[in-house]
Order: sequence, then C-alpha cells, then structure tokens
Amino acid sequence: MSLRSPLGQVLGLGSAKSGTGHWWAQRVSAIALIPLCLWFMFSLLLLPSLDYLTMRAWLQWPVSGFLAILLVAVVAYHSYLGTTVIVEDYVHTEGYKMPGLVLLRFVHVLVAGVAIFAILRIAFGP
Amino acid sequence: MPVRARPLSPHLQIYRWQIGNTLSILHRFTGVFLGFGFLALAYWFVALATDARSYRSAAHLFASPVGLLAMLGWTFAFFYHFLNGVRHLLWDVGQGFERAERRASGWMAVIGASVLSLGVWLLLWHFHRF
Repeated sequence: MSLRSPLGQVLGLGSAKSGTGHWWAQRVSAIALIPLCLWFMFSLLLLPSLDYLTMRAWLQWPVSGFLAILLVAVVAYHSYLGTTVIVEDYVHTEGYKMPGLVLLRFVHVLVAGVAIFAILRIAFGP
Repeated sequence: MPVRARPLSPHLQIYRWQIGNTLSILHRFTGVFLGFGFLALAYWFVALATDARSYRSAAHLFASPVGLLAMLGWTFAFFYHFLNGVRHLLWDVGQGFERAERRASGWMAVIGASVLSLGVWLLLWHFHRF
C-alpha cells in the first residue's frame, strides 16, 4: 500500500512524467561511450593519413565499420536522452515542449540513420 | 488562465556563483555543442560514402578557419564532457562527495580537458594530418 495521496501519485512524477528509467539509460549509454569514444579517437590519431582512400579502407575493415555504427547509435541515443532533459527542464509551455520533444526524437533518429547508412555503404561498397 | 504572482523559494540570484554550478552548466553546454559535432560527424561519413570529390570538399570545409575553430571547440567539449561525465559516474556510485574532493575533481576535469585538447592538436599539427 502506498502512503501517497492519489493526487500526489498523479502529480509527483516530475517534468519527465516518468521514473528512473531515463536516468539509468543515460548512465548506461555514458558507460558504453567511454570505450567507444576512446577507440574512435585513438583510431583517427593512429591512422597514417585521414585522406579518402585511407578512411574508406579503415571503415571497410569489419571491426572498424561495426564499431563506428555502434558509436553513432549510442552517441545518438545518449544525445537524445540529454537534450530531452534540457527541453523538459527549460521549456515550460506544453505547446512548445511536446512538439520539441517529438522533433528532437525525429532529428536524432534521422541523423543516426543517415550516418549508419553511410557507414554501411562504405563497408559494403567497392 | 490568469497568471498569479506566487511566492517563490529563494531564487537563483541569492546563490554565489561558484565552480560547482559553473561546471554543471558547462557540462550541459558542451553536451549540446557535441550534438552539433555529431551532425558534423554524420556529414563527414556521408561525404566519405559519396565520392572523393565530396570528401575533399568536406575536408576543405573542416580545414577552413571556422571549421578549425569548431573542431577545436568540439575537442575541448569532448574531453570536458568525457572527464566530467566520469566525475558524475563516480558520484553515482557514491564516491568523491566531500567538498575538497568535488573541487579537486572539478578542476581536474577542466585542466585535464585543456591539456588533452592541446595534446591532440599538437599531435595533429606535428603530423600535418588534416
């Protein structure tokens, strides 16, 4: 039995209208990004050159192509979670907040989709 | 709906500006800024997937003064958000909450990010790889 009043249960959900799931997802994606970002940074620094052919050859190697896709997906997810909190915190007008959150979600999926499709084209391309 | 002036709890202005809140704001700011970096990264992948000419024009754009400035900013934002993010994760497991520890780790994030950004750009400069 909960000791909170019915009104408290309805109103007490905060600006996100949900529980700790979002917070937890933010931490898990942050932890996943530690090795992914380090891998990406060191790879770029250690490549002999950043020209067209070298970069394509690098992404055509299965391990790099796969990790690059993972990086894009997790960065997009982490960025989506973070910017969502910012909109929830600072946009108080429901008429702007709800479309803003939908737009954020669309933009993140769109950019991640475009980037992943580009990496796949390189990985499976000539 | 009529807007009534409601009593407010002690508001933002009465708090002294200090390192804790500055770094917290910087964490959000660098996060949003890195979001735009993600956009640039996606553009770079698309240019690389298109053809050598598109890749050259993308490289040209990134090597322009504005492009270099943005990349310098993204480098610092990345390292700061990374180090301060680790700081947050340590707090999440209950470590480093003492006043002195909080300040020390905060300065470590700022100084560490500056040193690492400088290091990366010196390396890039050294090898002329952009």
